[in-house]
Amino acid sequence: MDRYGMQNQIACIRRSLFDQGYLDEQFIQLEELQDDANPNFVQEIVTLFYTDSTRLIQNIELTLTSRPTNFSKLDDYMHQFKGSSSSIGAKKVTSECAVFRQYCAAGNAEACIRSFQHIKQEHAILRKKLEFYFQMMGQAAVAQTT
Amino acid sequence: MVMAASETKFHVLAVDDTLIDRKLIEKLLKTSSYQVTAVDSGTKALEFLGLNNNDHHDVEVNLIITDYCMPGMTGYDLLRKIKESSSFKDIPVVTMSSDNIPSRINRCLEDGAEEFFLKPVQLSDVNKLRPHLMKRRTQTNVNKRKSMDEIVSPDRARARYNELEVK
Repeated sequence: MDRYGMQNQIACIRRSLFDQGYLDEQFIQLEELQDDANPNFVQEIVTLFYTDSTRLIQNIELTLTSRPTNFSKLDDYMHQFKGSSSSIGAKKVTSECAVFRQYCAAGNAEACIRSFQHIKQEHAILRKKLEFYFQMMGQAAVAQTT
Repeated sequence: MVMAASETKFHVLAVDDTLIDRKLIEKLLKTSSYQVTAVDSGTKALEFLGLNNNDHHDVEVNLIITDYCMPGMTGYDLLRKIKESSSFKDIPVVTMSSDNIPSRINRCLEDGAEEFFLKPVQLSDVNKLRPHLMKRRTQTNVNKRKSMDEIVSPDRARARYNELEVK
């Protein structure tokens, strides 16, 4: 694919991430912060998010298996998770986290477990999409220099 | 000799236990031309301030921006400690939180926070910091000039053109 074709494809991928509700305007804020001093800022923050949230997922999983359910601890973890996901503009992940917290507040362990499955799904889907997006951008950058 | 107000960059101390948010606030502040020190706890923030006072008089903190929800010392605890301290109470403090809880917001503002930002913090929020910083700097300069006038000339009838207050 030629250079322009690539740029078009990347623009389409990016737009669909917003149109389909995976990302919100916070992601644009990150893009606007990217500059010559930090040319990979967006990718760095996203990578940080995935490292951090993977750890949180493990902690939540563990907490969900212990009885009696420690809702306070779950809410703490989810508060962190939701905070981080909203910081990168991960719209669907963030709203699933909000749902989880509601079930947590209601003391509904079953619903929490179901909600957590949704969170993990959205988390994984977004990861794949963003990885693909960054990969395409990387290829385009190489194409521009050749 | 009095330095021009615009010469030195403002130094902001950012406090947040979350790495991502720390990186974000740091970038936001640097993009807005502030010098930034980022720490991950209220305790470390106080340590940093304490060290400055005792050892390094030329490193000063012009504003503190802190997350509310932190383990150990919350942002609110930190705010209180700063406002209760004779050395630091004049440093403007801004609090941030990802939770929109009106009672929390009001409590912080009533107890001395200049602003309360809802996370994720954006550039438009960071732009709100400048007036708080400029106000302090002008006040400090007015005080400096006052004391310098007294040293240089005891004649108080002299017109004081430099005692302008920026609103």
